[in-house]
Amino acid sequence: MISRLKTAAGVVLTAIMLFPVYWMINVSFTKDTDMRASPPHLIPFDATLEGYRAVLDQQLPYLGTSLIVGLGTVLLTVVLAAPAGYSLAKLRPRGGGGLSFVLLIAQMIPGIIMAMGFYAIYLNAGILNSLPGLILADSTIAVPFAVLIFTAFMSGIPDELLQAARMDGATTWRTFVSVALPISRNAVVTVSLFAFLWAWSDFVFASTLDAGGDHQPITLGIYHYIGNNNQQWNAIMATAVIASIPATLLLIVAQRYVAAGVTAGAVKD
Amino acid sequence: MTANRGRWAAWAFLAPVTGYLLAFYAWPLYRNLDLSLREYTVRSFVQGDAPFAGLGNYTKIFGDPTFGPALLHTVVFTGASLLCQFAIGMALAVFFAQHFRLSATLRGLFLVPWLLPLIVSASTWSWMLNSDSGIVNAALGAVGVDPVNWLTSPQWSLTSVIIANVWIGIPFNLVVLYSGLQAIPPEINEAAALDGAGGWQRFWRVTFPLLRPVSAITLLLGLVYTLKVFDIIWIMTRGGPTDASTTFATWSYRLSFGNLLPAFGPGAAVGNLLIVMAFVSGLIYIRIQRRQAA
Repeated sequence: MISRLKTAAGVVLTAIMLFPVYWMINVSFTKDTDMRASPPHLIPFDATLEGYRAVLDQQLPYLGTSLIVGLGTVLLTVVLAAPAGYSLAKLRPRGGGGLSFVLLIAQMIPGIIMAMGFYAIYLNAGILNSLPGLILADSTIAVPFAVLIFTAFMSGIPDELLQAARMDGATTWRTFVSVALPISRNAVVTVSLFAFLWAWSDFVFASTLDAGGDHQPITLGIYHYIGNNNQQWNAIMATAVIASIPATLLLIVAQRYVAAGVTAGAVKD
Repeated sequence: MTANRGRWAAWAFLAPVTGYLLAFYAWPLYRNLDLSLREYTVRSFVQGDAPFAGLGNYTKIFGDPTFGPALLHTVVFTGASLLCQFAIGMALAVFFAQHFRLSATLRGLFLVPWLLPLIVSASTWSWMLNSDSGIVNAALGAVGVDPVNWLTSPQWSLTSVIIANVWIGIPFNLVVLYSGLQAIPPEINEAAALDGAGGWQRFWRVTFPLLRPVSAITLLLGLVYTLKVFDIIWIMTRGGPTDASTTFATWSYRLSFGNLLPAFGPGAAVGNLLIVMAFVSGLIYIRIQRRQAA
């Protein structure tokens, strides 16, 4: 009985917490004419798809760009971070501790400051408003975190396993690729999920480094929407709903990885 | 010989990331520092021949009328966000630690606000807090409270962005504190219960002290994250009206990118002040972590 009460309380609390998400979905289906109804319609009983039609008409290129930027960031992050994590965890070079420390500090640098430095560099290099430039900048959000995750995870691989491979004549690289990396599949998944999500959600780098680009990510698509037609909130919210799909998918497919990623940032290895 | 080769291999594996950190962390930071020490115009920004200005940009921002409010708002925004996120996150963590039916699923759903792109959360809150058509004012009106100009009045805009930021930050606090609670052996609480301690007493006398290390880390990471917050404020209020919700982060962005005539030097100087604040909190974090490890 008490347990059932607690479940009820939990459902109520979750409903309160997720109300803004519900409201976003509700508004995305609301007709323009009902948008300023007083009181606002709590349920979209007279639903319209005009918001989503506007997304299909106007936002698809933005979504495509975000997808490319997200995947590019994942690739770059994993390629850079996995060998580094392996080295810090298993090869333990002198000075490795110092590097871990630098990575920890790097995570604390505000994105807006990085953006200003990147802007100055990109302007001189002529790669402002380019996708590779944006991917590179977005990867800085994920790489330090990724190295720390890989290090923490690969520390748990038994040394005997790696030594056995070494005995069979495998080089360090071979041991890494065919033994350590496959075992670390969970770490690869966690890192990829977060790198994608952060690149997909990035607004700071996009708005500073890609604001004049031909290919802009979805965060800028929404931002322009808010700036331009303040009235068409069903279209804005419909875009927001679509932009939330990756986050939702990640949560459904990989909740345990997400929770692991959150705590890994806070709890030392 | 083999040890030597091992060391080479170890650094060969680290070389890409080391080079990456130098090129894409150290260099932008250096460029940012350089920006803050020079007198930039748009033309000299492109050509790169701006005259050295020493600490001129810094004295300029210290004397700026925005400096005082921006500092105050940064402190209030960070302090209030942290306190509310932590208190609510802790209460929820204790609640969810009781393992009732569906508790794992509901806890998972609580992660949603944290995973949504910030622009999605910020624009949703903007519309919810809209003065005329927002659901929040409609709800207040239903219980007889006059509508509040959440985003457009100087008294409320900072509160509004804090509310949105707390909503985004609760999941992080919940998840980390929950995992901290899981690490406390249940026998300790059972023993306290046998000794006649009530639930409230058990929390303050047993759980909370045992959770202190995790709490410290949660708060410090929260501090570092909250100092960085820029997207939410910029999208909801652009730091306005008239600086009423301007923090160092949004001020820095506005100076460099928000005006027709960019002021890169002062913008970079404000950014570097922010780095110093983040750095100090980072050092505290690492000190505490060291002390715990010892």
